[in-house]
Amino acid sequence: MRVSLFITCYNDTLFPETGRAVVHLLERLGVELGFNPAQTCCGQMHANTGFRGEAFSQAKRFVRLYRDSEAVVVPSSSCVAMVRDQYPGLFAELGTAEQGKELAALLPRVYELSEFLIDRLGVEDVGAYFPHRVTYHASCHGLRSLHLGDRPWRLLGKVRGLELVPLANLDRCCGFGGTFSVKNGEVSSAMLAAKLQDIVATGAEYCTGVDNSCLMHLGGAMHRQYAGMKTIHIAQILASTETSPAEVTA
Amino acid sequence: MSHAVGEHPVLDPAQAAPFPQAALPVLRNPQLRKNVAHAIDVIQDKRARLVAEKTDWQALRAAGAAIRDHVLGNLGAYLVQFEERCTAAGGQVHWAADADEARRIIGEILREEHASEVIKIKTMTSAEIQLNPFLEAAGVKVFETDLAEIILQLGEDEPSHIVVPALHVNRSQVREIFARRMGIEGLSDEPRELTAAARNYLRQKFLGVPTAIGGANFLIAETGAVAVVESEGNGRMCLTLPRTLITLAGIEKILPRFEDLEVMLQVLARSATGERMSPYTSLWTGVTPGDGPQRFHVVLLDNGRSSILGRHTEQQTLRCIRCAACMNACPVYRQTGGHAYGSVYPGPIGAILTPQLQQMRHAQSLPYASSLCAACYEVCPVKINIPEVLLELRSQVVEQERKQAGRFFDPIYMGLRVANVLFSRAWMFQAAQRVGRVGMRCFTRKDGWIHSLPGVGGKWTQTRDLRGMPPQTFREWCAARGNAQGKGVA
Repeated sequence: MRVSLFITCYNDTLFPETGRAVVHLLERLGVELGFNPAQTCCGQMHANTGFRGEAFSQAKRFVRLYRDSEAVVVPSSSCVAMVRDQYPGLFAELGTAEQGKELAALLPRVYELSEFLIDRLGVEDVGAYFPHRVTYHASCHGLRSLHLGDRPWRLLGKVRGLELVPLANLDRCCGFGGTFSVKNGEVSSAMLAAKLQDIVATGAEYCTGVDNSCLMHLGGAMHRQYAGMKTIHIAQILASTETSPAEVTA
Repeated sequence: MSHAVGEHPVLDPAQAAPFPQAALPVLRNPQLRKNVAHAIDVIQDKRARLVAEKTDWQALRAAGAAIRDHVLGNLGAYLVQFEERCTAAGGQVHWAADADEARRIIGEILREEHASEVIKIKTMTSAEIQLNPFLEAAGVKVFETDLAEIILQLGEDEPSHIVVPALHVNRSQVREIFARRMGIEGLSDEPRELTAAARNYLRQKFLGVPTAIGGANFLIAETGAVAVVESEGNGRMCLTLPRTLITLAGIEKILPRFEDLEVMLQVLARSATGERMSPYTSLWTGVTPGDGPQRFHVVLLDNGRSSILGRHTEQQTLRCIRCAACMNACPVYRQTGGHAYGSVYPGPIGAILTPQLQQMRHAQSLPYASSLCAACYEVCPVKINIPEVLLELRSQVVEQERKQAGRFFDPIYMGLRVANVLFSRAWMFQAAQRVGRVGMRCFTRKDGWIHSLPGVGGKWTQTRDLRGMPPQTFREWCAARGNAQGKGVA
């Protein structure tokens, strides 16, 4: 299977270790992975801020780059939610019928990483080893838009050495919300403080998730507060083995 | 009392401060935040239990949404039908295009009645048109009869929630207000004593004031009936004891048929208060000789609602049945409470309803008062896709603002314009990544983290660090790896 990796603009720039982990993980599972260097951004930042025209031009670009892909893997639930939930509306409003058709044909082949592993590859045990106490933060887009359900847990549950600790108030937002985190910085920080309290209470060494955006928010507060724990993208845990342990930089 | 002096909440959208600023007094008030979080947890738990016991909850939501959509698609015809049936049953229907007209109509009715006092059932619509200050200025004494509204009226406070208006006030604060305003010495904060104090205060009003003003949960087009649900029974007193009753209702409150209540009352009670059925469901049609009010007026209020009709994405806003499940589920409301929204309609529904009722002329910060977590959409009993409407309203705000000269240098607008150019060509994006990496170096400390940023970035670093940019982007790694292995990229 020839699979395209859409790494997302912020993973590319700020979290390359997540991208490297996705490459190592999927190669280990026998997936032939391609990275098209023409890719940039899915347009979420523009769409969520109200810049529809700009968002549509990113969306068109995404469809043009991936219309011939067998499958597109994205290690970010919020970018997949953008493609799945917002592209159809943008194309209906601003695009042509032809563009709409191309989008509709592409959509079923766009996968968030845990969806791709479980729904497309049919694997839960990816042969990972990560001997740490870990809690999972469910990002809002993964939870309520993609309905990932227990997919991340099923993957983490099969990781050797990993102790998975449940997180209280799992369905409550961490307060990131893109530009919300600066436009409403004080409210966002109050939400973050509440979330961090729940995470710290788990006593975990790592907080993982399917979105580096939430993890950047949480990790930034952990670092500021000397919380004694770190964030790590689920791809890095799943890529980790006894011979090549996870790259942990955050 | 729950606010520092000089920070009386402003619920007029035309006057209120933007959401980020209006939220600050609450964020700095730990007692208020504790009150809000505690009250919400109680309601949320009850709701979750009662929704879970309904095996057909999703079907009920779909039915609720379908009924409301049907109404909105045929609103004019149903309103006329309601007017006919209500009039035939002895009611009198008035049409008010805006708040001003509604206040004038109610003022005239009260003059005809020679009313110097009125008792009121909790109605957010009357707060929307700022009826109480208008009546007081016209020399009419207003007595709220809903327990929460009494607390707010006597405490000179404002509602912060549409179902539990005094949600932000705790028991000991209620005790203080009652003791001070009712002149009761030695009042304790036991619920039994507090309700006894309120009951004693209310009974005199119920028996002595012959004119009542209330709202409506639903107006039934088929029969001309009005429905009011409540928990205390004080509303029922106002609906049955007075000689004259005035009902103020938004035009969207219509239901086509009596049997539509089957769906709506189920989803409303479970969503609003976590009950299988509201303790008091009052339904009446016009007037009945010798029983209840003998003069009955309905004031149908538009006040911006009809401007939302027919708009593809926004119209769903008017499905709302004011259950407040969205605000109870909202992580933003949980931190800020209701006053920050600068409107009688707070929380996620307020964030989309208020700016639209203001026809996008005020309250433009509200569509951004959300992290788009979609918890509101998940719980909404009539399936209003609030995040979708928020995004639509954000795009309208941007359309307005980007024409303003002053916005050109706004850092967020500049950033998004530049980003749009960079994202259109990968080589430019890559160049920007390199420039950014060099630029960020001067903010990055030895530990590899950024602790402080200027400008908008400072809003991030006020509470959060930011990891410095890594030495190699993912695309650079791919390129290097491809070259080393001689096999293209990745």
